[in-house]
Amino acid sequence: MNDAQGGADPRGGADVVVDARGLRCPLPVIRLASAARDLPAGTLVTVLSTDPAARHDVPAWARMRGHAMADGPATGADTTDGGDGGGHEGEEAVWSLTVRIGG
Amino acid sequence: MTDTTDPTGPRSPAPRPGSTAGARVHLDNGGAAPLHPLARQALLQALDDGWADPHRLHSEGRRAARLLDGAREAVAGTLGARTEEVHFTAGHTAGLRAAVLGAARARRRAGGDVVVGATERAAVLHAADAAARAQDGARVVVDVDRHGRVDAGAFATALARPGVAVAALQHANGEVGTRQPLTAVHEAARDAGVPLVVDAGASLGHDDVPDAWDLLAANPADWGGPAGVGVLAVRQRVRAVPPEPEDADPWAPGGVSVPAAFAAAVALQAVAADRAAEDARRRRLTDRVRATVAAVPDVAVVGDPDDRLPHVVTFSCLYVDGEALVSELDRAGFAVGSGSACTASTLEPSHVLAAMGVLTHGNVRIALDRSTGEDDVERFLAALPGAVQRVRDVLGVAGL
Repeated sequence: MNDAQGGADPRGGADVVVDARGLRCPLPVIRLASAARDLPAGTLVTVLSTDPAARHDVPAWARMRGHAMADGPATGADTTDGGDGGGHEGEEAVWSLTVRIGG
Repeated sequence: MTDTTDPTGPRSPAPRPGSTAGARVHLDNGGAAPLHPLARQALLQALDDGWADPHRLHSEGRRAARLLDGAREAVAGTLGARTEEVHFTAGHTAGLRAAVLGAARARRRAGGDVVVGATERAAVLHAADAAARAQDGARVVVDVDRHGRVDAGAFATALARPGVAVAALQHANGEVGTRQPLTAVHEAARDAGVPLVVDAGASLGHDDVPDAWDLLAANPADWGGPAGVGVLAVRQRVRAVPPEPEDADPWAPGGVSVPAAFAAAVALQAVAADRAAEDARRRRLTDRVRATVAAVPDVAVVGDPDDRLPHVVTFSCLYVDGEALVSELDRAGFAVGSGSACTASTLEPSHVLAAMGVLTHGNVRIALDRSTGEDDVERFLAALPGAVQRVRDVLGVAGL
């Protein structure tokens, strides 16, 4: 769990932050799952990712595992436009997604 | 159109991909199915008989023109359209683009908005963008549910707003198989006076396409015809501006390959002839795939379980690298598709899976060909759990 740092609260009240920047799918979800493994219900875990797939796969994982997405805007230049690439060429967007453990 | 009921039987004697035990099993047939044996025969015949320019007035040209007219008539017959309404294009993408842009342009005075479903093919989404930009409108995307289906009421509301030039909705999605509520949406479009473009690229030749369209594009390579040709049907009552109105072939500037068009039509007639039997057979096989893969730990089957195409099935495996799984299955002799980002040239996963809100990684996409046998499917199902496990082991995800 090297990438999970407790406490410091760098991101909007999260108890645990998983830094998965630079990792590609499915690694951000795997890192998040490792970090979430032994956490008590109610813990807020935030994952930071530069992989666009994470913004779809983190909510899907949470649903499959009985966790909930915490409210709050995802940071990063998210394009909610479903289709054809939002075009962040040149700069790498970072998405921040927060999960509440155990629903 | 020549007689396509081949007395020697529907299958050529040559072995087909995936037909014998030990051979490779090709399960990635969406949009690129093996050439139907009768299409191969027709293609060879038309290469001899239909090589000339169909616009020339000599015997050779007229012979090519007759083949092309026969092909249009045959496709029209299958679609329930008039021969004059059917055009061949350079391919499915070109046909979709011409349909969306052409219908929008004819309605410039009505507005510039283009309404599309969220799981439309990229060609439709891009054409919708282009049409909207050209007419100072916007692309309006109607969301889909977890199965990938638009709500007919929401789509109807979106297309009835002022300023809508054209709407586009697929008959069924080629990635996940889900059918759209086409009949209800077409009724609403007719009431609103908005032309509806229907992408039947994943369904024509496999499924019964309802008479609920104003412009329809379909893909011969998907039903066992040759690649490099598309079908575009435009109802005569619909106003649409073709890409090159001055060309001798306004919907396919420069014309199309007559042999390819002829073979596409022969293939369509052939697959229409036993569609019901093939529907039942392949639906049974995809039901079997759905039930079996759902029992593999942390594998989610996506798409509507019932209201769907007969031959398409898609599932996503948690904690699995899609590219690694495709390669692992390929090594084991199985060709499958995937909508995972890691298998795409971009980092973006399939916009279809994303719009549905389902897992995009570890995705496997299967489209059964008519030549896919039960033994092929059983061998795949026997190999899959081990392949998933090996990929997961590499990532060390046990117990997550």
